[in-house]
Amino acid sequence: MKSNKLGRLYQNGEEVIKQGEMGDCLYVIQEGVVEVIDESGEKEIKLAELGESEFFGEMGLFEKDVRSCTVRAKGDAKIMTIDKRNFYKTIQKDPSLAYRLLEKMSNRLRETNKKLRNKE
Amino acid sequence: MNKSIELKDGSQIAVIGGGPAGSFFAYFALDFAERYGMDIGVDIIEGKDFNCAGPTGCNHCGGIVSESLIQSLSTEGIILPSNVIRRGIESYTMHLEQGSTVIETPLNEQRIASMFRGLGPRGIKDNEQLSFDNYLMELSHQKGATLISGRVTETKKTPDGIVLKTKDGFEKKYDLVVGAVGLNARTFKLFQQINPSFVPPKTTKTHICEFHLGKDMINEYFGNSMHVFLLNLPNIKFGALIPKGNYVTMVLLGSDINKEIVAAFLESEPVRSCFPEDIDLNDYMPCQCYPSINILGAKSAFDDRMILIGDSASSKLYKNGIGAAYITAKAAARTAIFEGVSKHDFKKHYQPVCNELDRDNIIGKFIFLVTTVIQKSPILKKGLLRMVVKEQKKEKNKRYMSSVLWDTFTGSAPYTDIFKRTLNPILIKNLIGNTFSGLIIGTKSK
Ligand SMILES: Cc1cc2nc3c(=O)[nH]c(=O)nc-3n(C[C@H](O)[C@H](O)[C@H](O)COP(=O)(O)OP(=O)(O)OC[C@H]3O[C@@H](n4cnc5c(N)ncnc54)[C@H](O)[C@@H]3O)c2cc1C
Repeated sequence: MKSNKLGRLYQNGEEVIKQGEMGDCLYVIQEGVVEVIDESGEKEIKLAELGESEFFGEMGLFEKDVRSCTVRAKGDAKIMTIDKRNFYKTIQKDPSLAYRLLEKMSNRLRETNKKLRNKE
Repeated sequence: MNKSIELKDGSQIAVIGGGPAGSFFAYFALDFAERYGMDIGVDIIEGKDFNCAGPTGCNHCGGIVSESLIQSLSTEGIILPSNVIRRGIESYTMHLEQGSTVIETPLNEQRIASMFRGLGPRGIKDNEQLSFDNYLMELSHQKGATLISGRVTETKKTPDGIVLKTKDGFEKKYDLVVGAVGLNARTFKLFQQINPSFVPPKTTKTHICEFHLGKDMINEYFGNSMHVFLLNLPNIKFGALIPKGNYVTMVLLGSDINKEIVAAFLESEPVRSCFPEDIDLNDYMPCQCYPSINILGAKSAFDDRMILIGDSASSKLYKNGIGAAYITAKAAARTAIFEGVSKHDFKKHYQPVCNELDRDNIIGKFIFLVTTVIQKSPILKKGLLRMVVKEQKKEKNKRYMSSVLWDTFTGSAPYTDIFKRTLNPILIKNLIGNTFSGLIIGTKSK
Protein backbone atom coordinates (compact mmCIF):
# COMPACT_ATOMS: atom_id res chain seq x y z
CA MET A 1 0.00 0.00 0.00
CA LYS A 2 1.71 3.18 -1.15
CA SER A 3 -0.70 5.72 0.24
CA ASN A 4 0.05 8.36 2.87
CA LYS A 5 -3.02 7.43 4.90
CA LEU A 6 -2.64 7.31 8.67
CA GLY A 7 -3.21 4.41 11.06
CA ARG A 8 -1.59 1.01 11.26
CA LEU A 9 -1.17 -1.16 8.20
CA TYR A 10 -2.81 -4.61 8.38
CA GLN A 11 -1.89 -7.15 5.72
CA ASN A 12 -4.47 -9.19 3.87
CA GLY A 13 -6.00 -11.70 6.30
CA GLU A 14 -4.44 -10.16 9.41
CA GLU A 15 -6.78 -10.05 12.42
CA VAL A 16 -7.51 -6.64 13.90
CA ILE A 17 -9.70 -7.99 16.70
CA LYS A 18 -10.36 -11.55 17.73
CA GLN A 19 -13.71 -12.88 18.87
CA GLY A 20 -13.66 -13.79 22.57
CA GLU A 21 -10.74 -11.57 23.48
CA MET A 22 -11.08 -8.52 25.71
CA GLY A 23 -10.80 -5.15 24.03
CA ASP A 24 -11.77 -1.60 24.83
CA CYS A 25 -11.02 0.57 21.84
CA LEU A 26 -12.81 1.67 18.73
CA TYR A 27 -11.31 1.23 15.27
CA VAL A 28 -11.84 3.51 12.29
CA ILE A 29 -10.89 2.33 8.81
CA GLN A 30 -8.71 4.91 7.08
CA GLU A 31 -8.26 2.88 3.89
CA GLY A 32 -9.16 -0.57 2.59
CA VAL A 33 -11.76 -3.12 3.59
CA VAL A 34 -12.25 -5.44 6.58
CA GLU A 35 -14.47 -8.47 7.05
CA VAL A 36 -16.54 -8.95 10.20
CA ILE A 37 -16.72 -12.66 10.99
CA ASP A 38 -18.65 -14.75 13.48
CA GLU A 39 -16.48 -17.66 14.60
CA SER A 40 -18.79 -19.05 17.26
CA GLY A 41 -20.14 -21.93 15.15
CA GLU A 42 -18.31 -24.71 13.39
CA LYS A 43 -18.12 -22.68 10.25
CA GLU A 44 -17.11 -19.06 9.96
CA ILE A 45 -19.96 -16.76 8.96
CA LYS A 46 -19.17 -13.44 7.29
CA LEU A 47 -21.48 -10.87 8.84
CA ALA A 48 -20.38 -7.75 7.03
CA GLU A 49 -17.73 -5.96 5.05
CA LEU A 50 -16.74 -2.48 6.13
CA GLY A 51 -14.86 0.18 4.17
CA GLU A 52 -13.26 3.59 4.52
CA SER A 53 -14.47 5.82 7.37
CA GLU A 54 -16.56 3.01 8.89
CA PHE A 55 -15.85 1.88 12.43
CA PHE A 56 -15.95 -1.31 14.46
CA GLY A 57 -15.25 -2.41 18.01
CA GLU A 58 -17.71 0.16 19.40
CA MET A 59 -19.18 -2.35 21.88
CA GLY A 60 -15.81 -2.38 23.63
CA LEU A 61 -16.29 1.30 24.41
CA PHE A 62 -19.58 0.79 26.17
CA GLU A 63 -19.40 -2.73 27.63
CA LYS A 64 -16.79 -4.59 29.63
CA ASP A 65 -17.06 -7.76 27.62
CA VAL A 66 -15.17 -9.83 25.12
CA ARG A 67 -15.19 -9.00 21.40
CA SER A 68 -18.35 -10.42 19.78
CA CYS A 69 -16.78 -10.95 16.34
CA THR A 70 -13.45 -11.30 14.63
CA VAL A 71 -12.43 -8.53 12.25
CA ARG A 72 -9.88 -9.28 9.55
CA ALA A 73 -8.29 -7.18 6.82
CA LYS A 74 -9.47 -8.06 3.31
CA GLY A 75 -6.52 -6.93 1.25
CA ASP A 76 -4.23 -4.39 2.87
CA ALA A 77 -6.01 -1.97 5.18
CA LYS A 78 -5.01 1.03 7.27
CA ILE A 79 -6.81 1.32 10.56
CA MET A 80 -6.75 3.86 13.38
CA THR A 81 -7.43 3.06 17.01
CA ILE A 82 -9.51 5.43 19.13
CA ASP A 83 -8.62 4.93 22.78
CA LYS A 84 -11.47 4.51 25.23
CA ARG A 85 -10.14 7.13 27.65
CA ASN A 86 -9.62 9.75 24.95
CA PHE A 87 -13.05 9.00 23.58
CA TYR A 88 -14.81 9.49 26.91
CA LYS A 89 -12.83 12.59 27.78
CA THR A 90 -13.74 14.13 24.44
CA ILE A 91 -17.45 13.28 24.44
CA GLN A 92 -17.68 14.55 28.01
CA LYS A 93 -16.84 17.99 26.58
CA ASP A 94 -18.53 17.55 23.21
CA PRO A 95 -21.38 15.02 23.30
CA SER A 96 -22.13 15.65 19.62
CA LEU A 97 -19.03 13.57 18.81
CA ALA A 98 -21.18 10.54 19.60
CA TYR A 99 -23.96 11.41 17.08
CA ARG A 100 -22.36 9.48 14.27
CA LEU A 101 -21.69 6.46 16.48
CA LEU A 102 -25.31 6.42 17.60
CA GLU A 103 -26.52 6.83 14.04
CA LYS A 104 -24.39 3.92 12.78
CA MET A 105 -25.30 1.70 15.72
CA SER A 106 -28.96 2.39 15.03
CA ASN A 107 -28.36 1.49 11.34
CA ARG A 108 -26.74 -1.77 12.39
CA LEU A 109 -29.66 -2.62 14.67
CA ARG A 110 -32.06 -1.97 11.81
CA GLU A 111 -29.98 -4.26 9.54
CA THR A 112 -29.94 -7.01 12.17
CA ASN A 113 -33.72 -6.75 12.65
CA LYS A 114 -34.17 -7.01 8.89
CA LYS A 115 -31.97 -10.12 8.75
CA LEU A 116 -33.87 -11.74 11.64
CA ARG A 117 -37.20 -10.97 9.98
CA ASN A 118 -36.00 -12.54 6.73
CA LYS A 119 -34.97 -15.69 8.62
CA GLU A 120 -38.41 -16.14 10.23
CA MET B 1 -30.72 42.00 27.02
CA ASN B 2 -31.02 38.30 27.86
CA LYS B 3 -33.26 37.36 24.95
CA SER B 4 -32.36 34.52 22.64
CA ILE B 5 -32.43 35.03 18.87
CA GLU B 6 -33.13 31.73 17.19
CA LEU B 7 -32.30 30.61 13.67
CA LYS B 8 -35.14 29.12 11.68
CA ASP B 9 -35.79 27.50 8.30
CA GLY B 10 -34.37 29.76 5.62
CA SER B 11 -31.89 31.52 7.95
CA GLN B 12 -28.71 32.65 6.24
CA ILE B 13 -25.25 32.41 7.80
CA ALA B 14 -22.09 34.03 6.45
CA VAL B 15 -18.72 32.60 7.39
CA ILE B 16 -15.92 35.08 6.64
CA GLY B 17 -12.74 33.05 6.12
CA GLY B 18 -12.43 29.53 4.75
CA GLY B 19 -9.50 28.42 6.90
CA PRO B 20 -9.99 25.44 9.22
CA ALA B 21 -12.21 27.34 11.69
CA GLY B 22 -14.54 28.62 8.94
CA SER B 23 -14.82 25.26 7.19
CA PHE B 24 -15.36 23.34 10.43
CA PHE B 25 -18.06 25.81 11.45
CA ALA B 26 -19.88 25.50 8.12
CA TYR B 27 -19.59 21.70 8.13
CA PHE B 28 -20.94 21.24 11.65
CA ALA B 29 -23.61 23.95 11.45
CA LEU B 30 -25.01 22.20 8.36
CA ASP B 31 -24.63 18.76 9.96
CA PHE B 32 -26.41 19.81 13.17
CA ALA B 33 -29.13 21.66 11.24
CA GLU B 34 -29.79 18.57 9.13
CA ARG B 35 -30.04 16.33 12.21
CA TYR B 36 -32.30 18.89 13.89
CA GLY B 37 -34.51 19.21 10.81
CA MET B 38 -33.68 22.83 10.08
CA ASP B 39 -33.02 24.15 6.60
CA ILE B 40 -30.36 26.87 6.66
CA GLY B 41 -28.04 28.44 4.11
CA VAL B 42 -24.31 28.83 4.79
CA ASP B 43 -21.98 30.95 2.63
CA ILE B 44 -18.22 30.78 3.11
CA ILE B 45 -16.52 33.93 1.83
CA GLU B 46 -12.77 33.43 1.35
CA GLY B 47 -10.28 35.79 -0.22
CA LYS B 48 -7.50 33.29 -0.95
CA ASP B 49 -7.23 30.54 -3.53
CA PHE B 50 -5.82 27.57 -1.64
CA ASN B 51 -5.01 25.84 -4.91
CA CYS B 52 -2.15 28.26 -5.50
CA ALA B 53 1.46 27.53 -4.59
CA GLY B 54 3.40 29.90 -2.36
CA PRO B 55 2.06 32.62 -0.04
CA THR B 56 -1.03 33.42 -2.19
CA GLY B 57 -2.62 30.10 -1.31
CA CYS B 58 -1.20 29.56 2.14
CA ASN B 59 -2.42 30.16 5.70
CA HIS B 60 1.10 30.04 7.12
CA CYS B 61 1.51 27.18 9.55
CA GLY B 62 3.78 24.28 10.49
CA GLY B 63 1.28 21.91 8.96
CA ILE B 64 0.92 19.34 11.71
CA VAL B 65 -2.51 17.84 12.27
CA SER B 66 -2.41 16.64 15.85
CA GLU B 67 -3.17 13.19 17.16
CA SER B 68 -6.20 14.39 19.13
CA LEU B 69 -7.69 16.16 16.11
CA ILE B 70 -7.08 13.17 13.84
CA GLN B 71 -8.85 10.95 16.39
CA SER B 72 -11.83 13.30 16.72
CA LEU B 73 -12.13 13.71 12.95
CA SER B 74 -11.94 9.94 12.44
CA THR B 75 -14.77 9.49 14.95
CA GLU B 76 -16.74 12.09 12.99
CA GLY B 77 -16.12 10.04 9.83
CA ILE B 78 -13.71 12.61 8.37
CA ILE B 79 -10.71 10.72 7.03
CA LEU B 80 -7.87 12.82 5.66
CA PRO B 81 -7.22 11.70 2.07
CA SER B 82 -3.84 10.33 1.05
CA ASN B 83 -3.21 13.24 -1.33
CA VAL B 84 -3.65 15.80 1.46
CA ILE B 85 -1.29 14.04 3.86
CA ARG B 86 2.34 14.73 2.90
CA ARG B 87 3.67 12.32 5.52
CA GLY B 88 2.41 10.29 8.47
CA ILE B 89 4.58 11.15 11.48
CA GLU B 90 5.81 8.10 13.40
CA SER B 91 8.09 9.59 16.02
CA TYR B 92 9.59 12.76 17.44
CA THR B 93 13.35 13.20 17.56
CA MET B 94 14.37 15.49 20.39
CA HIS B 95 17.61 17.40 19.86
CA LEU B 96 19.54 19.12 22.63
CA GLU B 97 23.11 20.42 22.62
CA GLN B 98 23.85 17.34 24.74
CA GLY B 99 22.58 14.81 22.20
CA SER B 100 19.47 13.49 20.52
CA THR B 101 16.91 10.79 21.15
CA VAL B 102 13.87 9.41 19.39
CA ILE B 103 10.52 9.38 21.17
CA GLU B 104 8.30 6.78 19.59
CA THR B 105 4.57 7.14 19.12
CA PRO B 106 2.75 5.57 22.09
CA LEU B 107 1.02 3.05 19.78
CA ASN B 108 2.56 1.51 16.70
CA GLU B 109 0.45 3.49 14.31
CA GLN B 110 0.72 6.79 12.47
CA ARG B 111 -1.64 9.24 14.11
CA ILE B 112 -0.15 12.59 13.14
CA ALA B 113 -0.19 14.05 9.64
CA SER B 114 2.00 16.67 8.06
CA MET B 115 0.38 18.73 5.31
CA PHE B 116 0.49 22.01 3.45
CA ARG B 117 -2.27 24.53 4.03
CA GLY B 118 -2.13 25.66 0.40
CA LEU B 119 -0.79 23.73 -2.56
CA GLY B 120 2.74 23.96 -1.20
CA PRO B 121 5.83 26.19 -1.24
CA ARG B 122 6.55 28.55 -4.14
CA GLY B 123 7.44 26.61 -7.28
CA ILE B 124 6.09 23.23 -6.09
CA LYS B 125 5.70 20.82 -8.99
CA ASP B 126 4.02 17.91 -7.21
CA ASN B 127 0.53 18.38 -8.61
CA GLU B 128 -0.91 15.16 -7.24
CA GLN B 129 -0.93 16.56 -3.72
CA LEU B 130 -3.73 18.83 -2.47
CA SER B 131 -4.17 21.68 -0.04
CA PHE B 132 -5.46 20.89 3.46
CA ASP B 133 -7.54 24.08 3.69
CA ASN B 134 -9.05 23.42 0.29
CA TYR B 135 -9.93 19.86 1.32
CA LEU B 136 -11.81 21.14 4.39
CA MET B 137 -13.56 23.83 2.38
CA GLU B 138 -14.66 21.27 -0.22
CA LEU B 139 -15.90 19.03 2.58
CA SER B 140 -18.18 21.79 3.85
CA HIS B 141 -19.21 22.50 0.26
CA GLN B 142 -20.29 18.86 -0.07
CA LYS B 143 -22.33 19.31 3.13
CA GLY B 144 -24.15 22.16 1.42
CA ALA B 145 -22.13 25.32 2.01
CA THR B 146 -21.85 27.82 -0.85
CA LEU B 147 -18.28 28.96 -1.53
CA ILE B 148 -17.92 32.61 -2.45
CA SER B 149 -14.54 33.83 -3.61
CA GLY B 150 -13.89 37.38 -2.43
CA ARG B 151 -12.69 39.62 0.35
CA VAL B 152 -15.23 41.13 2.75
CA THR B 153 -14.61 44.87 2.96
CA GLU B 154 -17.74 46.18 4.69
CA THR B 155 -19.98 45.12 7.56
CA LYS B 156 -23.17 46.94 8.60
CA LYS B 157 -25.56 46.13 11.41
CA THR B 158 -29.32 46.43 10.76
CA PRO B 159 -32.15 45.70 13.25
CA ASP B 160 -32.65 42.17 11.92
CA GLY B 161 -29.30 41.15 10.49
CA ILE B 162 -25.81 42.07 9.34
CA VAL B 163 -25.06 43.19 5.79
CA LEU B 164 -21.75 42.17 4.22
CA LYS B 165 -20.14 43.60 1.12
CA THR B 166 -17.12 42.23 -0.74
CA LYS B 167 -14.52 44.01 -2.82
CA ASP B 168 -16.14 42.66 -6.02
CA GLY B 169 -19.55 44.15 -5.24
CA PHE B 170 -21.27 41.09 -3.71
CA GLU B 171 -23.76 42.20 -1.03
CA LYS B 172 -26.08 40.19 1.20
CA LYS B 173 -27.87 40.40 4.54
CA TYR B 174 -27.27 37.56 6.99
CA ASP B 175 -28.95 36.34 10.19
CA LEU B 176 -25.55 35.40 11.61
CA VAL B 177 -22.02 36.43 10.66
CA VAL B 178 -19.17 34.18 11.75
CA GLY B 179 -15.67 35.64 11.74
CA ALA B 180 -13.10 32.95 11.06
CA VAL B 181 -10.58 35.46 9.80
CA GLY B 182 -7.45 34.20 11.54
CA LEU B 183 -5.33 37.09 12.80
CA ASN B 184 -6.18 39.51 9.99
CA ALA B 185 -5.98 42.97 11.58
CA ARG B 186 -7.84 44.71 8.77
CA THR B 187 -10.80 42.35 9.01
CA PHE B 188 -10.82 42.69 12.80
CA LYS B 189 -11.64 46.39 12.25
CA LEU B 190 -14.77 45.35 10.33
CA PHE B 191 -15.87 43.35 13.37
CA GLN B 192 -15.07 46.23 15.73
CA GLN B 193 -17.43 48.37 13.64
CA ILE B 194 -20.35 46.05 14.46
CA ASN B 195 -19.11 45.13 17.95
CA PRO B 196 -17.02 47.98 19.44
CA SER B 197 -16.22 46.00 22.60
CA PHE B 198 -14.37 43.28 20.62
CA VAL B 199 -10.67 43.19 21.58
CA PRO B 200 -8.61 41.15 19.08
CA PRO B 201 -6.19 38.48 20.31
CA LYS B 202 -2.60 39.37 21.22
CA THR B 203 0.04 38.03 18.86
CA THR B 204 3.76 37.58 18.42
CA LYS B 205 5.97 36.96 15.37
CA THR B 206 7.09 33.45 14.45
CA HIS B 207 9.06 32.02 11.56
CA ILE B 208 8.44 29.37 8.93
CA CYS B 209 10.62 28.35 6.02
CA GLU B 210 10.65 25.48 3.59
CA PHE B 211 13.60 23.42 2.37
CA HIS B 212 13.21 21.63 -0.93
CA LEU B 213 15.46 18.61 -0.34
CA GLY B 214 13.67 15.91 -2.33
CA LYS B 215 12.22 12.63 -1.09
CA ASP B 216 15.46 10.61 -1.00
CA MET B 217 17.37 13.13 1.09
CA ILE B 218 14.42 13.53 3.43
CA ASN B 219 14.00 9.78 3.84
CA GLU B 220 17.68 9.46 4.65
CA TYR B 221 18.06 12.42 7.01
CA PHE B 222 14.63 12.91 8.56
CA GLY B 223 12.49 9.84 7.86
CA ASN B 224 8.93 10.06 9.19
CA SER B 225 10.12 11.75 12.35
CA MET B 226 9.41 15.32 13.39
CA HIS B 227 12.61 16.84 14.75
CA VAL B 228 12.20 19.16 17.73
CA PHE B 229 14.89 21.31 19.30
CA LEU B 230 15.27 22.48 22.88
CA LEU B 231 18.30 24.72 22.49
CA ASN B 232 19.72 27.47 24.60
CA LEU B 233 19.01 30.25 22.11
CA PRO B 234 17.33 33.58 22.90
CA ASN B 235 13.60 34.10 22.15
CA ILE B 236 13.07 30.55 20.83
CA LYS B 237 10.68 28.45 22.88
CA PHE B 238 10.37 25.72 20.33
CA GLY B 239 12.00 24.89 17.01
CA ALA B 240 11.01 22.06 14.71
CA LEU B 241 11.83 20.48 11.36
CA ILE B 242 8.82 18.75 9.85
CA PRO B 243 9.25 16.35 6.91
CA LYS B 244 6.62 16.60 4.17
CA GLY B 245 6.95 14.80 0.84
CA ASN B 246 9.78 16.60 -0.97
CA TYR B 247 10.08 19.38 1.61
CA VAL B 248 11.08 19.98 5.18
CA THR B 249 9.28 22.80 6.98
CA MET B 250 11.16 24.67 9.69
CA VAL B 251 9.08 26.33 12.40
CA LEU B 252 10.35 28.64 15.11
CA LEU B 253 8.01 29.68 17.90
CA GLY B 254 8.78 32.03 20.75
CA SER B 255 8.72 35.79 21.05
CA ASP B 256 9.39 38.24 18.23
CA ILE B 257 11.44 35.89 16.08
CA ASN B 258 13.60 37.83 13.59
CA LYS B 259 16.30 37.20 10.96
CA GLU B 260 19.19 37.08 13.46
CA ILE B 261 17.40 34.55 15.67
CA VAL B 262 16.63 32.39 12.63
CA ALA B 263 20.28 32.52 11.52
CA ALA B 264 21.49 31.54 15.01
CA PHE B 265 19.12 28.58 15.04
CA LEU B 266 20.15 27.40 11.57
CA GLU B 267 23.85 27.69 12.41
CA SER B 268 23.58 25.79 15.68
CA GLU B 269 25.28 22.40 15.65
CA PRO B 270 22.19 20.27 16.52
CA VAL B 271 20.19 21.84 13.65
CA ARG B 272 23.00 21.83 11.09
CA SER B 273 23.77 18.17 11.80
CA CYS B 274 20.24 17.18 10.74
CA PHE B 275 21.04 18.24 7.16
CA PRO B 276 23.66 16.87 4.74
CA GLU B 277 27.01 18.52 5.48
CA ASP B 278 27.82 19.73 1.98
CA ILE B 279 24.70 21.72 1.12
CA ASP B 280 24.08 25.46 1.45
CA LEU B 281 20.58 25.64 2.92
CA ASN B 282 19.94 29.04 1.28
CA ASP B 283 19.96 27.28 -2.11
CA TYR B 284 17.13 24.99 -1.01
CA MET B 285 14.75 27.57 0.47
CA PRO B 286 11.90 28.55 -1.91
CA CYS B 287 9.66 30.14 0.71
CA GLN B 288 9.89 31.79 4.09
CA CYS B 289 7.68 34.03 6.21
CA TYR B 290 7.24 35.60 9.63
CA PRO B 291 3.56 35.02 10.46
CA SER B 292 1.85 36.04 13.69
CA ILE B 293 0.54 33.56 16.22
CA ASN B 294 -2.23 33.97 18.81
CA ILE B 295 -0.73 34.13 22.32
CA LEU B 296 -3.69 35.61 24.23
CA GLY B 297 -7.36 35.08 23.43
CA ALA B 298 -9.70 37.84 22.20
CA LYS B 299 -12.24 39.57 24.45
CA SER B 300 -15.96 40.02 23.68
CA ALA B 301 -15.62 37.87 20.58
CA PHE B 302 -19.39 37.80 20.07
CA ASP B 303 -22.48 39.94 20.06
CA ASP B 304 -26.04 39.57 18.75
CA ARG B 305 -25.79 37.77 15.39
CA MET B 306 -21.98 37.82 15.25
CA ILE B 307 -19.28 35.55 16.59
CA LEU B 308 -15.54 35.08 16.08
CA ILE B 309 -13.97 31.63 16.14
CA GLY B 310 -10.61 29.90 15.66
CA ASP B 311 -7.50 32.09 15.86
CA SER B 312 -9.73 35.18 15.86
CA ALA B 313 -11.06 34.16 19.30
CA SER B 314 -9.12 31.67 21.46
CA SER B 315 -6.48 29.18 20.41
CA LYS B 316 -4.06 26.75 22.02
CA LEU B 317 -0.76 28.37 22.95
CA TYR B 318 1.94 27.48 20.38
CA LYS B 319 0.39 24.11 19.46
CA ASN B 320 -2.49 22.48 17.68
CA GLY B 321 -4.14 25.73 16.59
CA ILE B 322 -6.16 23.76 14.05
CA GLY B 323 -7.42 21.48 16.83
CA ALA B 324 -8.45 24.57 18.81
CA ALA B 325 -10.15 25.97 15.70
CA TYR B 326 -12.13 22.71 15.47
CA ILE B 327 -13.18 23.05 19.13
CA THR B 328 -14.30 26.70 18.95
CA ALA B 329 -15.93 26.27 15.52
CA LYS B 330 -17.95 23.30 16.69
CA ALA B 331 -18.96 25.02 19.93
CA ALA B 332 -20.15 28.05 17.93
CA ALA B 333 -22.08 25.82 15.50
CA ARG B 334 -23.73 23.91 18.39
CA THR B 335 -24.75 27.17 20.02
CA ALA B 336 -26.08 28.72 16.80
CA ILE B 337 -28.20 25.72 15.82
CA PHE B 338 -29.43 24.38 19.16
CA GLU B 339 -29.46 27.48 21.38
CA GLY B 340 -29.55 30.73 19.43
CA VAL B 341 -27.42 33.52 18.04
CA SER B 342 -27.83 36.33 20.56
CA LYS B 343 -25.01 37.72 22.68
CA HIS B 344 -26.65 36.01 25.65
CA ASP B 345 -26.69 32.61 23.89
CA PHE B 346 -23.02 32.86 22.96
CA LYS B 347 -22.08 34.04 26.43
CA LYS B 348 -23.82 31.09 28.03
CA HIS B 349 -22.82 28.33 25.63
CA TYR B 350 -19.75 29.47 23.67
CA GLN B 351 -17.77 31.61 26.09
CA PRO B 352 -17.10 28.69 28.53
CA VAL B 353 -15.33 26.80 25.72
CA CYS B 354 -13.04 29.79 25.02
CA ASN B 355 -12.52 30.27 28.75
CA GLU B 356 -11.36 26.68 29.08
CA LEU B 357 -8.83 27.14 26.26
CA ASP B 358 -7.63 30.42 27.82
CA ARG B 359 -7.29 28.83 31.27
CA ASP B 360 -5.39 25.90 29.81
CA ASN B 361 -3.02 28.35 28.10
CA ILE B 362 -2.12 29.84 31.49
CA ILE B 363 -0.85 26.38 32.50
CA GLY B 364 0.74 26.15 29.03
CA LYS B 365 2.63 29.38 29.69
CA PHE B 366 3.94 27.90 32.92
CA ILE B 367 5.02 24.70 31.12
CA PHE B 368 6.89 26.75 28.52
CA LEU B 369 8.49 28.78 31.32
CA VAL B 370 9.77 25.55 32.89
CA THR B 371 10.93 24.41 29.44
CA THR B 372 12.88 27.68 29.09
CA VAL B 373 14.59 27.01 32.43
CA ILE B 374 15.48 23.50 31.24
CA GLN B 375 16.65 24.90 27.87
CA LYS B 376 19.14 27.11 29.70
CA SER B 377 20.48 24.40 32.02
CA PRO B 378 22.92 21.87 30.51
CA ILE B 379 22.72 19.75 33.69
CA LEU B 380 18.93 19.44 33.57
CA LYS B 381 19.02 18.78 29.82
CA LYS B 382 21.52 15.97 30.31
CA GLY B 383 19.26 14.47 32.98
CA LEU B 384 16.22 14.80 30.74
CA LEU B 385 18.01 13.17 27.83
CA ARG B 386 19.28 10.26 29.97
CA MET B 387 15.79 9.72 31.33
CA VAL B 388 14.11 9.65 27.92
CA VAL B 389 16.78 7.37 26.43
CA LYS B 390 16.28 4.90 29.29
CA GLU B 391 12.48 5.13 29.11
CA GLN B 392 12.42 4.29 25.42
CA LYS B 393 13.72 0.82 26.34
CA LYS B 394 10.90 0.33 28.88
CA GLU B 395 7.28 -0.75 28.43
CA LYS B 396 5.12 1.99 26.96
CA ASN B 397 3.10 2.64 30.13
CA LYS B 398 6.29 3.33 32.09
CA ARG B 399 7.54 6.09 29.80
CA TYR B 400 6.42 8.97 32.03
CA MET B 401 8.70 11.75 30.77
CA SER B 402 8.43 10.58 27.16
CA SER B 403 4.65 10.78 27.28
CA VAL B 404 4.80 14.28 28.82
CA LEU B 405 7.21 15.41 26.09
CA TRP B 406 5.18 13.67 23.39
CA ASP B 407 2.02 15.52 24.38
CA THR B 408 3.86 18.83 24.80
CA PHE B 409 5.47 18.56 21.36
CA THR B 410 2.41 17.22 19.56
CA GLY B 411 -0.10 19.49 21.32
CA SER B 412 -2.40 16.50 21.64
CA ALA B 413 -3.36 16.83 25.29
CA PRO B 414 -4.53 19.89 27.23
CA TYR B 415 -1.67 21.60 29.10
CA THR B 416 -3.52 20.97 32.36
CA ASP B 417 -3.36 17.18 31.79
CA ILE B 418 0.32 17.40 30.91
CA PHE B 419 1.03 19.47 34.01
CA LYS B 420 -0.77 16.99 36.26
CA ARG B 421 1.37 14.20 34.83
CA THR B 422 4.58 16.10 35.58
CA LEU B 423 3.62 15.95 39.26
CA ASN B 424 3.90 12.14 39.19
CA PRO B 425 6.39 11.29 42.00
CA ILE B 426 8.04 8.58 39.84
CA LEU B 427 8.71 11.10 37.06
CA ILE B 428 10.17 13.64 39.50
CA LYS B 429 12.27 10.96 41.25
CA ASN B 430 13.63 9.64 37.95
CA LEU B 431 14.44 13.12 36.65
CA ILE B 432 16.33 13.99 39.85
CA GLY B 433 18.07 10.58 39.77
CA ASN B 434 19.11 10.94 36.15
CA THR B 435 20.27 14.52 36.65
CA PHE B 436 22.46 13.54 39.60
CA SER B 437 23.89 10.43 37.98
CA GLY B 438 24.63 12.56 34.91
CA LEU B 439 26.48 15.00 37.17
CA ILE B 440 28.50 12.23 38.84
CA ILE B 441 29.41 10.55 35.55
CA GLY B 442 30.25 13.98 34.12
CA THR B 443 32.57 14.80 37.06
CA LYS B 444 34.24 11.38 36.94
CA SER B 445 34.90 11.57 33.22
CA LYS B 446 36.47 15.00 33.69
C1 LIG C 1 4.46 29.45 12.75
C2 LIG C 1 3.16 28.78 13.00
C3 LIG C 1 3.11 27.39 13.01
C4 LIG C 1 1.91 26.75 13.27
N1 LIG C 1 1.88 25.40 13.23
C5 LIG C 1 0.74 24.75 13.46
C6 LIG C 1 0.68 23.33 13.35
O1 LIG C 1 1.65 22.68 12.99
N2 LIG C 1 -0.49 22.71 13.63
C7 LIG C 1 -1.60 23.41 14.01
O2 LIG C 1 -2.61 22.78 14.30
N3 LIG C 1 -1.58 24.76 14.07
C8 LIG C 1 -0.45 25.44 13.81
N4 LIG C 1 -0.43 26.81 13.83
C9 LIG C 1 -1.66 27.53 14.16
C10 LIG C 1 -2.64 27.52 12.98
O3 LIG C 1 -2.02 28.01 11.83
C11 LIG C 1 -3.87 28.36 13.29
O4 LIG C 1 -4.31 28.11 14.59
C12 LIG C 1 -5.01 28.06 12.31
O5 LIG C 1 -4.63 28.40 11.03
C13 LIG C 1 -6.27 28.81 12.71
O6 LIG C 1 -7.25 28.63 11.74
P1 LIG C 1 -8.34 29.76 11.42
O7 LIG C 1 -9.27 29.17 10.47
O8 LIG C 1 -8.84 30.32 12.70
O9 LIG C 1 -7.50 30.96 10.76
P2 LIG C 1 -6.68 30.99 9.38
O10 LIG C 1 -6.14 29.68 9.08
O11 LIG C 1 -5.75 32.13 9.52
O12 LIG C 1 -7.79 31.33 8.28
C14 LIG C 1 -8.36 32.62 8.19
C15 LIG C 1 -8.91 32.80 6.79
O13 LIG C 1 -9.71 33.96 6.74
C16 LIG C 1 -9.50 34.58 5.48
N5 LIG C 1 -9.88 36.00 5.61
C17 LIG C 1 -9.41 36.92 6.48
N6 LIG C 1 -10.02 38.11 6.28
C18 LIG C 1 -10.91 37.93 5.26
C19 LIG C 1 -11.83 38.78 4.60
N7 LIG C 1 -11.98 40.06 4.93
N8 LIG C 1 -12.59 38.27 3.60
C20 LIG C 1 -12.46 36.95 3.22
N9 LIG C 1 -11.59 36.11 3.81
C21 LIG C 1 -10.83 36.59 4.83
C22 LIG C 1 -8.01 34.38 5.21
O14 LIG C 1 -7.73 34.51 3.83
C23 LIG C 1 -7.81 32.97 5.75
O15 LIG C 1 -7.97 31.99 4.74
C24 LIG C 1 0.74 27.50 13.55
C25 LIG C 1 0.79 28.90 13.51
C26 LIG C 1 1.98 29.53 13.23
C27 LIG C 1 2.01 31.01 13.18
